[in-house]
Amino acid sequence: MSAKNKKTILLLLVAAVLLAVVPFFAKKGAEFGGSDDAGSVMVEEIKGEAYEPWFTPVIESLTGSELPGEIESLIFCVQTGIGVGVIAFLMGRFYERKKWEDKEEEKK
Amino acid sequence: MKNQKISWLAKAVYAAAAILAVAPTANAMHIMEGYLPPVFCIAWGIVCLPFLVFGFRSLNRRVQENRRSITLIAMAGAFVFVLSSLKIPSVTGSCSHMTGTGLGAILFGPCAVSVLGIIVLIFQAVLLAHGGLTTLGANCFSMAIAGPILSWLIYKGLSKTRINRRITVFLAASLGDLFTYCVTSVQLALAYPSAQGGVTASAVKFLGIFAPTQLPLAVIEGILTVVVVIALESFAKSELKAIDFEIEEEKE
Repeated sequence: MSAKNKKTILLLLVAAVLLAVVPFFAKKGAEFGGSDDAGSVMVEEIKGEAYEPWFTPVIESLTGSELPGEIESLIFCVQTGIGVGVIAFLMGRFYERKKWEDKEEEKK
Repeated sequence: MKNQKISWLAKAVYAAAAILAVAPTANAMHIMEGYLPPVFCIAWGIVCLPFLVFGFRSLNRRVQENRRSITLIAMAGAFVFVLSSLKIPSVTGSCSHMTGTGLGAILFGPCAVSVLGIIVLIFQAVLLAHGGLTTLGANCFSMAIAGPILSWLIYKGLSKTRINRRITVFLAASLGDLFTYCVTSVQLALAYPSAQGGVTASAVKFLGIFAPTQLPLAVIEGILTVVVVIALESFAKSELKAIDFEIEEEKE
């Protein structure tokens, strides 16, 4: 990877992090809540009456309660972990292979 | 030069989003379990089926042509996993998450992504009570079909022009992300038309919740997709060539 590309990637990553972090600090009072409600609130506003979902999520009917926040974040982490694991593993392989290929070429 | 262009673009979009920051607090996400009438659930499911079948076949063909394609397919799938699991605070004071489907659409076309996308949607619907099994068809259409189609069209369209390829990738991924939530709004509006103004008025209302929150996230998704594409172009040239992906040659 050229030095220029490295710099580009670094800059892009910094920009991405800033975009995510700045709103958090800029809007201090905001809840940033897990309000899956917003959509449903709008549905109720449009219908003009309370809306009762006609189907309960499988995991909630299995456990008989709403998914606890801690468990939810655990499963979200598992999801992230699976993704990052795969990406990191493959990128690591690609990276080492490139190094190896470059060395082979030098030998020739 | 390129960096400056991209960061300038990011700044502009961010400023636009900041102006819209007065929008109501809301979460832009998938349609929740039980929130679409059964007829709509079935209809969207049927719409998705041909895409899924075709996508499954196209992935199969890719792998049969060249077994090494598996690595890139896994990479695209993992990208969807990561990006759709990260809830990110947005300028509206609420959180939303990205879709991550742009990368797959650029690499493998929109149908193939529908398969990757539905895996994630099922994971979230079953384990996280996020999205839902009854709304799977509708959510699959918005996130794993409509968004990727737009990404793919933008990518193919702009690739023919002289616009810088990284900007092309950026636009494809971020607009695809944004489009996903536009489609979600329309889907909700079709099921819940307003008493006054009907579907259109209702769509505008839903869009008012989703769009401002999603805007900065769409920019982040665009940026991350560009980063992955640069990394792949540097380290996975042979895989990219195997799937006929045009590589921008590095000028050292």
